[in-house]
Amino acid sequence: MALALALPRETAAAAETAAAAEPVLRARGLHKRFGVEGPPVLDDVDLQLGRGEALALLGANGAGKSTLLRCCLRLVEPDQGRIELLGEPLTGLSRGRLRRLRARVGFVFQRHNLVPRLSALSNVLHGAQARGDGPLAWYAPTAPRRLREEALACLERVGLARFAGQRAASLSGGQSQRVAIARALMQRPELVVADEPVASLDPAAGEEVMALFVRLLREEGISLLFTSHNLRHALDHSDRLVALRAGRVELEAASADQDIERLRALYD
Amino acid sequence: MTEMPPAPAGSRPHGLPPRFDRPHPLAFLGWVLALAFLVAAVQGTGFSLGRLADGLPAIGRMLDRMFPPNLERLPAIGKALLVTFQMAVVGTVLGVILALPLAVLAARGLSPHPLVRHAARSLIAFFRTVPDLIWALFFVIAVGLGPFAGTLAIMIDTIGFCGRFFAEAMEEQEKGPQEALTAIGASRTGLVFSAVIPAALPSFTATSLFSLEKATRSSVILGLVGAGGIGIELKVAMDLFAYDLAATIILAIFVLVLLVEQASGALRRRLM
Repeated sequence: MALALALPRETAAAAETAAAAEPVLRARGLHKRFGVEGPPVLDDVDLQLGRGEALALLGANGAGKSTLLRCCLRLVEPDQGRIELLGEPLTGLSRGRLRRLRARVGFVFQRHNLVPRLSALSNVLHGAQARGDGPLAWYAPTAPRRLREEALACLERVGLARFAGQRAASLSGGQSQRVAIARALMQRPELVVADEPVASLDPAAGEEVMALFVRLLREEGISLLFTSHNLRHALDHSDRLVALRAGRVELEAASADQDIERLRALYD
Repeated sequence: MTEMPPAPAGSRPHGLPPRFDRPHPLAFLGWVLALAFLVAAVQGTGFSLGRLADGLPAIGRMLDRMFPPNLERLPAIGKALLVTFQMAVVGTVLGVILALPLAVLAARGLSPHPLVRHAARSLIAFFRTVPDLIWALFFVIAVGLGPFAGTLAIMIDTIGFCGRFFAEAMEEQEKGPQEALTAIGASRTGLVFSAVIPAALPSFTATSLFSLEKATRSSVILGLVGAGGIGIELKVAMDLFAYDLAATIILAIFVLVLLVEQASGALRRRLM
């Protein structure tokens, strides 16, 4: 179904102006195909995200959302297209510069992806790995005091300071995802990318974690690009929506102008 | 309970699948050749239950001369046993330490380059495939008779054993935490030390304990070629037909190996 969801011209223009003002991410003409045969996963996708803006990426399974997120950090190499992240073109960056750029972008995964045998504090400290403090700074027992305190403050912000010394393996799903958010905060990011950040949690925990996540980012003016199948989350926590269908942008709209019923049509 | 009526003949589109798949002719030929080799090998080794039965009285006579064990040299045997265990411990610890970086270079996804990975894998395979007794002979020539040569042989053997299993353990770890750290700008070293090694640590410890058990058994044998430890005591006792003394040594070895295996097993159960 082609754009039965067309957005009002003024709000779309306003949203685009916000994104264009000072984009933290700009992708143009992205193409990606896995393997030689089969349809492209991304087909001429454009995406732009403004500083301090929250953008929700919607679409059915296989629409290309996760691939697009990964392309934005060059975790997956696009076949064609151009990406500018935090003002730097991603293509052609050396390994070291790419690492330094990635360090300025938090990434929260659907599954928390913590190291289960390490403490919550050590996992949060990993967020500071790219600062060049050396290997001792990677573990809670050996990290310098200032880093330990900063990591504890990040855990405090997600309400888990009392679990700092506990192994990640012993935390619940919601707690683990909050530690992953604390790890992203430890990066002092300018942009956070989140791939279905609460999909693995039960509805109550998902609601709580999503609200906390967005509130913390909004407080610091950090841009957010997230995917979600939860249309309520997408509407409530984003300024703008971009929907993909079969690797192409199907809809781009200000969240305020959309409602759940109209968005459901994206999954038909 | 009502019985299901039998399905009318010809109602099923497919019959029951065969109980066994028909082997491919080449696979069948392979099995026949393997069986033929086994039969030839039994003949080639001169395997004979009759000869074994004829030899049983000789074993009985030897056992008769072994008991009661001679405890006169117990302090010397205890000291040799301690040296044997020291060889096993030092060789294993050094081997484990050296195996770790080599395993990282040999692990798919962690090695900096495919050529480096192949080189590291080949070196590990070389260390593993040459028997420890041969390494001991080399090191006896290089550093002279005594426990140092045995320790070096055990170290090399441990690198071969642990290097392979460490690399496999690291390759099998969940990729999620590694992807997360890559995404946030961690270096390869950071990835290895922050995500891979902590996750693989229980497996590393279990492998290292197995290695210590293996090294303890090896260190007894290495003495036979002059590489130190209690093996040389056993060889001298057997050469002098002092079977009662040999019995004491064999019992001491049995106690040592049993203790190490029990302690290692208990530690591994706690880790798993």
